[in-house]
Amino acid sequence: MAEETKKMAIIASKGTLDWAYPPFILASTAAAMDMEVKIFFTFYGLPLLKKKMKASVSPLGNPTMPMKMPFGPKFFQAIDWPIPNLVSSNVPGFETVATGLMKKTFKKKGVATVEELRDMCLEFDVELIGCQMTMDVFGFKKEDFIDGVNVGGAATFLEFAADADIQLFI
Amino acid sequence: MTDFDKELDCSGLNCPMPILKTKKMIDTMNPGEILRMISTDPGSCSDVNAWANRTGNELLSTSEDGGNFIFLLKKKG
Repeated sequence: MAEETKKMAIIASKGTLDWAYPPFILASTAAAMDMEVKIFFTFYGLPLLKKKMKASVSPLGNPTMPMKMPFGPKFFQAIDWPIPNLVSSNVPGFETVATGLMKKTFKKKGVATVEELRDMCLEFDVELIGCQMTMDVFGFKKEDFIDGVNVGGAATFLEFAADADIQLFI
Repeated sequence: MTDFDKELDCSGLNCPMPILKTKKMIDTMNPGEILRMISTDPGSCSDVNAWANRTGNELLSTSEDGGNFIFLLKKKG
């Protein structure tokens, strides 16, 4: 049992669907375990704070991504389709299809959506911090983000991270 | 059958939702009350134990019934 509150500091730097899950899963769970959690969203992680999140999964440069179908009989769903990376990452629209299939598979397996996990984070008082510099570079405004997001820079994150028990760069 | 005060069915939900929902439910309960949580996620066995250890709530028992995992948790008092 915890004597004092543990702290976790996460940097979320990637914005594809597969990389969107870990920060929100770990942050919400840590908060459910009575830890104090802050996530600093920077570079490609920043769009995960947008009101309408468009995280997708890309087969490009992602050769170990399993290609599975979320429908049909069990044996069919178990097939890992051997689509060469060079092909899948070059076909227009493949990314949309792959994203749709993966979201469907997640749903079938009872995995929460990234948006749901983000809501849980807010409900459990996880602090979500948007990187001011990245906002300037990409032209994002605070109004583009969901309510409850704070904005800060490297020092804001480091002040908290210096005393954190767990620090993760994702 | 052991008595319990609240029941939470997390059937069909995958990691980390059973833990998040358990936390939300425990927060609404009084110290000493018992929660019966049902999950179909095999990962829950390890996770509920870890969660209880960390938060100080007591895991009274774990049992399995045809693919359902049943946890009895006592809110710390």
